[in-house]
Amino acid sequence: MTQLHLAVALDGAGWHPAAWREPTARPADLFTPAYWIDLAQEAEHGLLDFVTIEDSLTLQSVRYDGHDERTDQVRGRLDAVLIASRVAPHTRHIGLVPTATTTHTEPFHVSTALATLDYVSLGRGGWRVQVGRPHEAPHFGRRPLPALDLADLSSPHNQAVLHELFGEAADAIEVVRRLWDSWEDDAVIRDVTTGRFVDRDRLHYIDFKGRHFSVKGPSIVPRPPQGQLPVAVLAHSRIPYELAARGADVVSVTPTDRDDARRIVAEVREAERAVGRTGAPLQVWADLVVFLDGEQDRAADRKASLDRKAFDREAGATLTSDAAIVVGTPEELAIQLLDWHAAGIDGFRLRPGVLPHDLRRITSGLVPLLQQAGAFRTRYEASTLRGLLGLPAAPNRYQTARPQTVAA
Amino acid sequence: MSKQVILAAHFPGVNNTTVWSDPASGSQIDFASFVHLAQTAERGKFDFFFLAEGLRLREQRGKIHDLDVVGRPNTLVVLAALAGVTTHLGLAGTLNATFNEPYELARQLASLDHLCGGRAAWNVVTSSDAFTGANFRRGGYLDHADRYRRAEEFLRLARTLWESWADGDVVANQSDGVFLARADAGAFVHSGVQFQVEGRFTTPRSPQVHPVILQAGDSDAGREFAAASADVVFSRHSTFEDGQAAYRDVKGRLARYGRRPEDLKILPGATFVLGDTPGEAVERAHHIRRQQVSPQTAILLLEQVWNRDLSGYDPDGPLPSVDPDVSGPSIIQGRASMFPDPLGTAARWRALAEEKKLSIRDLIIEVTGRQSFIGTPEQVASEINRFVQEDASDGFILVPHLTPGGLDEFVDRVVPLLQERGVFRTEYTGATLREHLGLGPARVWPTPAWATQPEQPVASGVTA
Repeated sequence: MTQLHLAVALDGAGWHPAAWREPTARPADLFTPAYWIDLAQEAEHGLLDFVTIEDSLTLQSVRYDGHDERTDQVRGRLDAVLIASRVAPHTRHIGLVPTATTTHTEPFHVSTALATLDYVSLGRGGWRVQVGRPHEAPHFGRRPLPALDLADLSSPHNQAVLHELFGEAADAIEVVRRLWDSWEDDAVIRDVTTGRFVDRDRLHYIDFKGRHFSVKGPSIVPRPPQGQLPVAVLAHSRIPYELAARGADVVSVTPTDRDDARRIVAEVREAERAVGRTGAPLQVWADLVVFLDGEQDRAADRKASLDRKAFDREAGATLTSDAAIVVGTPEELAIQLLDWHAAGIDGFRLRPGVLPHDLRRITSGLVPLLQQAGAFRTRYEASTLRGLLGLPAAPNRYQTARPQTVAA
Repeated sequence: MSKQVILAAHFPGVNNTTVWSDPASGSQIDFASFVHLAQTAERGKFDFFFLAEGLRLREQRGKIHDLDVVGRPNTLVVLAALAGVTTHLGLAGTLNATFNEPYELARQLASLDHLCGGRAAWNVVTSSDAFTGANFRRGGYLDHADRYRRAEEFLRLARTLWESWADGDVVANQSDGVFLARADAGAFVHSGVQFQVEGRFTTPRSPQVHPVILQAGDSDAGREFAAASADVVFSRHSTFEDGQAAYRDVKGRLARYGRRPEDLKILPGATFVLGDTPGEAVERAHHIRRQQVSPQTAILLLEQVWNRDLSGYDPDGPLPSVDPDVSGPSIIQGRASMFPDPLGTAARWRALAEEKKLSIRDLIIEVTGRQSFIGTPEQVASEINRFVQEDASDGFILVPHLTPGGLDEFVDRVVPLLQERGVFRTEYTGATLREHLGLGPARVWPTPAWATQPEQPVASGVTA
């Protein structure tokens, strides 16, 4: 049995809109560092590959394209990259993969921020790429953003919007990655004889020119410990599959069942061929929302209770999800994961319905079962996130062969 | 009680103040170096840790400058991590108001303030050069003269965002299902010259509401900006008398903004060298100056005045007989020139070199960057205290010349002497940086008139 990978997606009090009302939830702590440290440590206790941290440059909303007026759900966020960095000194092994958006942000800042996350975590940083939502645009006032028409995702209008947003995201990934390589690993020479701290021939302009931005480089941050941080993209259709195939290491997909998983993996492979991906193939991960309890029906009862609570003040707040929802025991989930893994899914990003409850069921219920099946690590086998993911060392695109005598 | 000294620790910068050739010099980028300096500062009960920022590597004669330490972390991210290894120390970062957008930067600063329990500070800088702009979406779009108007409006908008959530907006009452006290928490509208934005801010009110605001620089416009909008001025170190004059000038500007003198702290950047005897301190200071001005650095600094390629000159030989090139474009980029009058400077330097028989390197050592405080711990403590008690400053932002151990000796030997005099805390008494600095709760200041009058000329001046 090959090993599968496992991550959790942290977002507020959990992925159910009423999660914060569960007695074990800590809604008053959402904006404190202790909350995030505890969650990351719990995930690390379960030997997970990484945690992701959701983020957006808008307030949460039940609407895709605008703010809502609800007062009965979690609203408010802290910056995910800074949460990850705050958590880093309190964890030792687990990967930290914050969300950073690409639509209004500066790729230069995104690159230096993530490189620095990699330094402060000693090689455990990653990046979850996300495009912006339409109602971010007035927060910046620089340009309008066309909205998707959710009635028909395949319409020409929507395809054009997706091409626009994901094209910019692809450019952002390219810039971020070039900047990470813009310092060669051995650029700092401290050569007292010549008075040079750095060998400037080992620093590189990236000279990126794109439709939305041009970036000269080099970075202000030396090459991060991992060289290249793992990049993850959540994708639901062909255009984002191709974005992932161009620039990511991990693509998270949302199959409805085993056959769908098999079909999506094939489509991702086709997207890889279409864009001419070289190097390691994309890891295809599946996202699942999970409600877990030890005994039969207990999770279903708990979710039903949350569903009722989600409605008790205002209508229209049911849990809707792009990813399949699993309600059951850790045993049932383990069987499903092993089954999907056999169908070609490399790893799973689990979205706990309620934090920390469902996270604990993952670490103390699901993980031991997967370990018994020989499908999951029993100790951290690597010190970097690339290592945990089994990614090869990242070559530097700018590195050129040079005579050994130049080395300090 | 005597006036209390404020002390901050500046992480060694990417310039020749920082000595990298010394065997004790450690990594400029490893997190361990940042942890060491921050924890040393906290051991010494310092008010805050300070990070500078530059968003493009410096160049000279069209090539990346290679003689000084280079490479540093993203400011916000390293401060967030340092919040995890310190408990009281303020965390101040330099962040550019030109190459950031208010919504994003304000939420990052509010997030940092949450994540460090109210210890965040922002040194507001602006730049207008297209050189740095080449790394960013908008490029070098800003007129030099508009930098302070941009900074002022940026800061005003940031404050609007920080206040867009009220205390008590997050109710999180599990039993009755009310998370938010009001449906429009975080709503804001701002319509200005630089920014026209509206929507809802993502981040609830942070412990300090506003992080402490620093303004760096000594220009007239910079001082006015500080008087209107800042909590701390990070100024250049000067003589005691010049310090008193600057102090009077800056504090005198506060009244017209309805502020009291104690609402704005003046902290010059300062370097120091300690010795067991005065003679030993002087000797060490000279040794450090020679480390700071390597033969190559001497030529390079000379080039910044001459604005010419002087790579053929011998650093141990005499100054060039050719005059500075005042007509050509500046050979340095990514950093403001420190020598506004090249011909006059060259004439003075030649005369000095002639008189004292100085080589190029000796001359550069003589005329640049002498350390601010040189002496025994007793002498340095006395001098620092004199500056503070007699209103030449409110304290200092200390710039060690070594990473990461350059502050150790100061904390071990000078801080106890200041504590003995009763002018420096022996324990932290507050939780937030505003409390450490003796600043009142955050409040909103009125918009200064010059900020909304585009026709009024604003003097130039500040560099990052």
